[in-house]
Amino acid sequence: MSDLAWIDAALTAARPQAMGALLRYFRDLDVAEEAFQNACLRALSHWPRNGPPRDPAAWLILVGRNAGVDGVRRESRLTALPPEDQLSDLSDAEAAEAERLDGEHYRDDILRLLFICCHPDLPATQQVALALRIVSGLSVKQIARAFLVGESAMEQRITRAKARIGAGDAPFEAPGPAERAERLAAVMVMVYLVFNEGYSAGATQARAREPLCDEAIRLARLLLRLFPAEPEVMGLLALFLLQHARAAARFDADGGLILLEDQDRGLWRRPMILEGLALVDKALRHRRPGPYQVQAAIAALHGRAARPEDTDWAEIDQLYQVLERMQPSPVITLNRAVAVAKLSGPEAALALIEPLAPRLSAYFHFHGARGLFLMQLGRGLEARGAFDRAIALANTPAEAAHIRMHLDRLEAEGRETG
Amino acid sequence: MLYAILCYNNEDAVFTWSKEEDEAVMARLDAVHQKLTAQGRMGPSLRLLPTTAATSLRKGDEPLILDGPFVETKEQLLGFYVIDCANLEEALETARELARANPGEGGYEIRPIRLFLPGGDVSGAVTG
Repeated sequence: MSDLAWIDAALTAARPQAMGALLRYFRDLDVAEEAFQNACLRALSHWPRNGPPRDPAAWLILVGRNAGVDGVRRESRLTALPPEDQLSDLSDAEAAEAERLDGEHYRDDILRLLFICCHPDLPATQQVALALRIVSGLSVKQIARAFLVGESAMEQRITRAKARIGAGDAPFEAPGPAERAERLAAVMVMVYLVFNEGYSAGATQARAREPLCDEAIRLARLLLRLFPAEPEVMGLLALFLLQHARAAARFDADGGLILLEDQDRGLWRRPMILEGLALVDKALRHRRPGPYQVQAAIAALHGRAARPEDTDWAEIDQLYQVLERMQPSPVITLNRAVAVAKLSGPEAALALIEPLAPRLSAYFHFHGARGLFLMQLGRGLEARGAFDRAIALANTPAEAAHIRMHLDRLEAEGRETG
Repeated sequence: MLYAILCYNNEDAVFTWSKEEDEAVMARLDAVHQKLTAQGRMGPSLRLLPTTAATSLRKGDEPLILDGPFVETKEQLLGFYVIDCANLEEALETARELARANPGEGGYEIRPIRLFLPGGDVSGAVTG
């Protein structure tokens, strides 16, 4: 990597910690952001000359704080910033000072920063947009592209979210242990939403949204660094890694969806799968299972299978049953039906999902799966009806095209037998 | 004399490299590996998964198993093993065996490996 790329990586890595500390100091999102930007500009001019500081986050916090204080003072014309040469000689002294000031608060700072973004008054999309802007430092343009809206619309959305938070009593005090656990759960949901925004995109948007998956992985890594003994955090990161490892195999050249069993497993990213498997392994040792761990364990069984026929469907069925007990949801039962179909055939799977019809009648995947089971049972006419419903409810062109393929196959089979 | 070269870097940066960045680094490293291999000086080499994937076992009558690496260890790294294990439980059992055979202070960090290059035979270098 070139020097600039190294600095860029270091700034990105230090951002949550530095922003968290600056926010605690200034208690204002805009002032903290501006102070951080100033510190980054200074880093760009100082680091190539003087080499990287021992602790980039501490450097940014101290320089950013000086810059922010100076910004406030400039209006009253009191003091100027320390001279440039003095700043560049700070390398170790400033780290120690910032460490003393902030060391024990780092964890709470970052959590607070994330928590402010997950303000319960904000709709989920605004929470995610704000977190991407404040915590991850993605540009408004990048975020707008990921959400497929105009830049000015996204700018407005973020400004509105900030105003909403500024108007309330944002909790700037250090949270107690109980509150911290509650916050962690909220933050995990927010990071999960960031990942989902990236993962559920169709092929045409996948390139623009892939950075969201990378960002969610980075945030999950950060959370695990903060809470190294939380099995659910291990599960969350493992789930992301195992899912995202398959990204390159999920779409064909025309943007069509490729099902898990048809994917070229050679395109799966082994290092990510290995890390995911290691984390699942480590999490399950704690004997404190949670929904993220169970989902990760299911993804791990797919990741472990060298060929589709090696997949341990019985174990997957078991894990879905565990998940159903933890958070009962018709969508989970629907997913379990896929495992049941592999284990006991389409008839059993169909029997499992038929009772879900009233609750899932507007859900694309319900009609898609139902159509598939009916088709496997040779009930072509009913299958066609289900596929038609699915196409009407498809969320992306790739989903619609995938169902269209089933319909074409039905058509072809009909002609052969008819 | 054989030397171990232990690699240190900023984990936050390394594990957020994009696939392209990672591949570029590996390609540059591979050029060095090839030179060493041609010279018969390349031994086994490996890349570890991040510290968050690590588990550690502190020696004692009842070995203490902890998440994560040794954050503030007073011990020095004196060597390491590469063992093929089915899962973490088996790796921990191996570490327990090692701890029983090698009593006293200290402990083991169990760190999954991401990449393993077995390398050539450089055993002559120990005596030669």
